[in-house]
Amino acid sequence: MKKKKTLRPEGNPIVRFIRNNTVPIMFVLICAVCIPLSGFSPSYLLNEIVTRMGRNIFLILCLLIPIMAGMGLNFGMTLGAMAGEIALIFVADWQIWGIPGVILAMILSIPFSILLGLLCGKLLNMSKGREMITSYIISFFINGLYQLVVLYMMGPIIPIKHFSIKLPRGYGIRNTVSLLNMRQVLDNALSVTIAGVKIPILTFAIIAVLCLFVTWFRKTKLGQDMRAVGQNMEVARAAGINVERTRLISIVISTVIAGFGMIIYLQNMGNLSTYSSHSQIGMFCIAALLVGGASVDKANIGNVFLGVILFHTMFIVAPSAGAKITGDSMIGEYFRVFISYGVITVALVMYEAKKRRAKSLAGHKLAQDQLTEDKEAAQ
Amino acid sequence: MKKEPKDNNWSPSKLNDEMNSVLSTPEASPLQMAQMSPLRRLVASFGLPRLIITAFLLLMFIAAPFTGSDFWTQVSNTINRFSWNAVLVLAMVPMIHSGCGLNFGLPLGIISGLLGATMAIEFGFTGPVSFFMAIVISTPIAIVLGMGYGWLLNKIKGGEMMIATYVGFSSVSFMCMMWLLLPYKSPTMVWGYAGKGLRTTISLEGFYDKVLANFLQINIGTLSIPTGTILFFALLAFLMWAFLHTKTGTAMTALGSNPAFAKAAGINIDKTRMLSVVISTWLAAVGILVYQQGFGFIQLYMAPFYMALPAVSAILIGGASVNKASIANVVIGTFLFQGMVTMTPTVMNSIIQMDMSEVIRVIVSQGMILYALTRKTKGGNN
Repeated sequence: MKKKKTLRPEGNPIVRFIRNNTVPIMFVLICAVCIPLSGFSPSYLLNEIVTRMGRNIFLILCLLIPIMAGMGLNFGMTLGAMAGEIALIFVADWQIWGIPGVILAMILSIPFSILLGLLCGKLLNMSKGREMITSYIISFFINGLYQLVVLYMMGPIIPIKHFSIKLPRGYGIRNTVSLLNMRQVLDNALSVTIAGVKIPILTFAIIAVLCLFVTWFRKTKLGQDMRAVGQNMEVARAAGINVERTRLISIVISTVIAGFGMIIYLQNMGNLSTYSSHSQIGMFCIAALLVGGASVDKANIGNVFLGVILFHTMFIVAPSAGAKITGDSMIGEYFRVFISYGVITVALVMYEAKKRRAKSLAGHKLAQDQLTEDKEAAQ
Repeated sequence: MKKEPKDNNWSPSKLNDEMNSVLSTPEASPLQMAQMSPLRRLVASFGLPRLIITAFLLLMFIAAPFTGSDFWTQVSNTINRFSWNAVLVLAMVPMIHSGCGLNFGLPLGIISGLLGATMAIEFGFTGPVSFFMAIVISTPIAIVLGMGYGWLLNKIKGGEMMIATYVGFSSVSFMCMMWLLLPYKSPTMVWGYAGKGLRTTISLEGFYDKVLANFLQINIGTLSIPTGTILFFALLAFLMWAFLHTKTGTAMTALGSNPAFAKAAGINIDKTRMLSVVISTWLAAVGILVYQQGFGFIQLYMAPFYMALPAVSAILIGGASVNKASIANVVIGTFLFQGMVTMTPTVMNSIIQMDMSEVIRVIVSQGMILYALTRKTKGGNN
C-alpha cells in the first residue's frame, strides 16, 4: 500500500499500445495460429464472419449505453432477449411471417422490454456498486419467471392457438419454435453477393442506423447526463441530475435494443430454442465486446465491430483447429468456451484493479495536497 | 456506492459503540423490537422471505400425506439431501465473514475436490480408504488454488462477487479440457472405446459410495437417517464455529462487519481474507466429496458450473446477508432449501398434475439472492 506510484505514463508508445490493447492483440494471435490450422477456405470464413456480424452486432450495441452510465456490463440484456422471444412466439402463433412479422415482433417486444427494463433498473438502483452481479442474478431470476409464463401460462391463461408451437399436452410452448417462414428475411432483402460472400445490406443498414443513434445519443442532454453519472454519481447529483432516473432510462434503452437485437438474431438463425436461446447470449455478447478492446467503463462502436470479427473468427476456427492439434474435436469446443469466460474474467480483473489503483492514487494525491496546504498554512 | 460518513476522531466511547454495532445484529434493536406487534416482531427477526419459504415448506409437509406420498419417506429424502449439501453451504461462511461476499467461485473448490476424487481412484484406492485419500489429495490442491484465488480477490476488493463468478466459470471450462487431456488410465473412469478422457459421470460403487451415510445409519420404518454424514457435517460445523471464536476468527468477523474498524484495530486485512478464501475453497472440496458419497456418482465437465448458486441461495434463505452468516444460518438454510427441492416435485405433481418444481426452485433461489444483493448492507465493502 505504501509503495510509491508515479502518475507518469510509460514512455515507449509501443509498450503503451500493447498494454492498452492486450486482449485484442492476444486474439489476433490466436486467430493467426488457428486459421491456417482449421483449413477453412477464405471465402467460407469471410461468409461466416459477415453472417455473424449481421446476426450479433445489433445485440452487442445494447451494452454500450449502460457502460456509458457507469453501470458496467449489462448482464441483464438477457431480459431484452426474452422480451424479443416472447414477441416472436406471439407472432409465430398468429402466423404473421416475412418482414411484417419481424417488424410486428419488434413493436410487440417494446412493452415487454420496457417493463423488464424498468424492473431491472429499479433493482440495480437498489444495489449500487454491485450492478454487475445483480444484473447477472436478475437474468437468472427473470429466466425463471419466463419459464413459468412460457411453459405453464401460455395456453390456459395466455391464448396460444397454433398447434405447431404448442406442446402436445395442451399448454406450454415447444422446445423449438420454427421461424422458417421468416428465416433471413431481413438478410435476404437487398442482399448483394460479392465474390461468393453474401452481404446483407438491409441488416447492416439497420445496424448503421443504431450506430448513428448511439453516436447521436451521446451528444444529447440525456446522454451527457449519463456520462456525468458514469463519471461520478455524487458530483452528478450535486449538479442537479436525477441519478436514479438517468440510470433507469439507460437500462430501459439497453433492454429495448436487446429485444430488437434478439429478433434480428433469431430471424437469421431461423428457429427459436424457447428455453435456451437466451441463456448464453449475454455471455457471448459481453465476451465479444471485451475482445474488441472494451473495458467495463469504456466502450465504443469500434470495439463492437472489432470484437465481433475477432471473437467469431476464433469461434468458427477453434473446434477444427483444436481437432487438428489434439485429435479430439471436443477440446476445441471447450477451448472456445474457456476463452469466452477467460476473457470476461481478465477484463473484470483489469477493471477492478485499475479502479482500486486510481482510488489509492487519488487518496495519495489528496493526502499530499493536504500536507502542502498545511505547510502553507503554517507558514 | 454507499459511503460511510467519515470521521477521523476516534474516541474510546466511539470505539465501544463501533464494537457493539459490529457484534450485535443490525436488523432491529431490542427497544425497536419491543415496540412492534408480535407479528411484526417475528417478521423482523426472521425475515419475510424466510418466513414465506418456511410456511411454504410446512404446507408441503402437511399436504404430503394427503397426496398419497409417504410422510416419512419425504422426511428421509429431505434429511438425506440436507446431509449431501450442508458442507457445500458451510463453505460460504468464512468468506462472508471476512467481507469477501458470497462465494460464487465455489466451483474452484469443487474442482479441487474432483481432482482429489479422480486421483484417489486412479491411484487404486478402494472402499472407505478412497474417501479419506480423496480428501487428503484434494487438500493441497485446494490450498494452492485457494491461495491464488485469494490473492486475486485481494487485488480487486469491492468487486469480489462478479469476479468470483467468472473465476468459477473459467476454471470449470478449463478443467473440461483437462479432464480430456490428463493422463487418467483407470478403466472405471475413462471412456471405454477411446481408452482415454474421463467419463461425464463416474459411478462410485466399490469406492466411497455412501461410506459416510451407511455409518451408524438409523432405519425406523420408512424413515432413514444418514447419521455418519450428519456427524461429519456436525464435526466440520463445530470446527468452523470454534474457529470463528478464536482470535483469528473474531478478526475475520470484524473485517466483514466493518473494514474500517478492522483496519483501525490493526488486523492484517489481506492475510485474513486470504485465509478465509483458502478455508472456503477447502470446504468446497470436502463438500463435493460428501455430496458424491451421498449421490453415488462423480460428475465432471460442466456439472460444477452452476453448483455455487444453490449453495449461495441456501445460506441466504437461512438468514445470512452479504456480510453476516452463522452456523445456524447454514443448517436452517440448507434444510429449507433442500426441503423445498425434495418436496415440491412430489406434492406439486399430485396436486396440480404438472411439475413446476424446477421453475419454482429457480425463482425462489434466484429471488433470494436478489433480495440479499439489493438490501443495504451496513459496513461492508460497498
